[in-house]
Amino acid sequence: MPDAEAAILVDRPEITGKPSDPSAFGVVEAPLSTFERLYNWPILRKTVILLVLAVAWEIGARLLNNALLLPTFSDTLHALFAGIATGEIPRKLTTSLEVLMMGYAAGIVFAALLTAFGIFTQVGNDLLETLTAMFNPLPAIALLPIALIWFGLGYGSLVFVLVHSVVWAVALNTHAGFMAVSPTMRMVGRNYGLTGLSYVSKLLIPAALPSILTGLKIGWAFAWRTLIASELVFGVSSGAGGLGWYIYENKNALEIANVFAGLLTVILIGLVVENLIFRVIERRTVRRWGMQN
Amino acid sequence: MQAPLLDVRGVTLQYKTREHLVTATWRVDFQVFRSDRYVLLGPSGCGKSTLLKAVGGYIAPSEGEILLDGQPVRKPGPDRMMVFQEFDQLLPWKTVRENVMFPMLASRKYPPKVAAERALHFIAKVNLAKFADHHPHLLSGGMKQRVAIARAMAMEPAMLLMDEPYAALDALTRRRMQDELIDLWDETHFTVLFVTHSIAEAVKCGSRILLLTPHPGQVKAELASVPRAEVAGESARLLEERINDMLFSEEAAHA
Repeated sequence: MPDAEAAILVDRPEITGKPSDPSAFGVVEAPLSTFERLYNWPILRKTVILLVLAVAWEIGARLLNNALLLPTFSDTLHALFAGIATGEIPRKLTTSLEVLMMGYAAGIVFAALLTAFGIFTQVGNDLLETLTAMFNPLPAIALLPIALIWFGLGYGSLVFVLVHSVVWAVALNTHAGFMAVSPTMRMVGRNYGLTGLSYVSKLLIPAALPSILTGLKIGWAFAWRTLIASELVFGVSSGAGGLGWYIYENKNALEIANVFAGLLTVILIGLVVENLIFRVIERRTVRRWGMQN
Repeated sequence: MQAPLLDVRGVTLQYKTREHLVTATWRVDFQVFRSDRYVLLGPSGCGKSTLLKAVGGYIAPSEGEILLDGQPVRKPGPDRMMVFQEFDQLLPWKTVRENVMFPMLASRKYPPKVAAERALHFIAKVNLAKFADHHPHLLSGGMKQRVAIARAMAMEPAMLLMDEPYAALDALTRRRMQDELIDLWDETHFTVLFVTHSIAEAVKCGSRILLLTPHPGQVKAELASVPRAEVAGESARLLEERINDMLFSEEAAHA
């Protein structure tokens, strides 16, 4: 029924024309103002936040006026620089980082073995899922008493709890990452004749890299706080303690500015690793590849 | 007559879901000869993609056999390069050039220098020379499919397997890509096994069309497509109509 359609639709002439000449547009592309450009710079934004926090701390501490409860920011910085100048903080820091690296590396190796076992066999897969479900929620520090009995006072116990804090986070994320690799990508890999180790290294690992990096980041954060906490409980072996021990000692000596200097160092290391090391790795890999925004 | 390149003999394909054993195709026979543009055509559920995956070596037939150059197909391999429908078939961590080079290097078919030259050559053939050093996430869907085709062709496989490669593209891009594929074929006369559910695409791209019926897939007919010069003409329209009738007469018989 052609009449019915004509009755419903609004009758109007067709429109034809050509797009305007580009010179007619006011702005196609113009540079942003200086403020806008500076504002787009995340480091600058975060630095401003840090400065505001530091000023708030300084004012708060001055109002409280009790150096035993809360030393001022300037006193803390002073203590930090003094600690660095005498070489005490760098020494403690080196001790901590050495232990951390041992535990972190060992944890990653164990996680890699566990995950490899998990992707190649059904038993390994079940084992991995069961173990991570059991141990991931268990705080590493809760194992310290057992570690002390098994390995005694010293690096052994620290490395043991560090491995525990790293291995489950890394294994869980890596495994989840492998599982999430799309069937198409798997078929592509097999199409090229990739099998076994070359399949894992050339296809699965790069494809799962966003999850693997997340695992490494979580593992690092767990390891760092576990280490400092463990050192607070016992951190000294043959006179060489770490940062946690430095904090504990200075608390006993009521050198509260030093305690805060130690805490500040812990925070600074965390920021440096997160913002410099992991951020750079992410920018050069998963972000450049468009696998993460 | 020469021996067929691909000989599919009485192939029954079955796969298990959580609760059912599904028969995807039942005793399918067909032969692909060198330089064929062989199309598997049928409605969804006729097992054409499953059949292609079996030729690719991803699924073992529960009955019958698949012979490539007289040798039974047992596992996936670079002699049968696949082009998938999904855009994520490109490896996001490699540039266009590296993606095209990857199978040539992974299979050790070509030394690195030759692989690099071949990669550039085929990237230029699909008109992406300007994008050789881009990562895939910067490309449009059609460009990604072109890279996948360049990657497959650079390997010079015995046959190219394409699983609805243009299904996820918009209509304009799809038409351009179909023309490009035929132009490429004019140059090298590669053998391609092509899965589609579009009758027009089958008539346009194929030289030989295998019609499959659904649930489970069985051979309904094997037709010759119209000559290249007539794809826009009356004979193509008649063939499309004929295929349409054959597929719909089946449904009418069931009704």
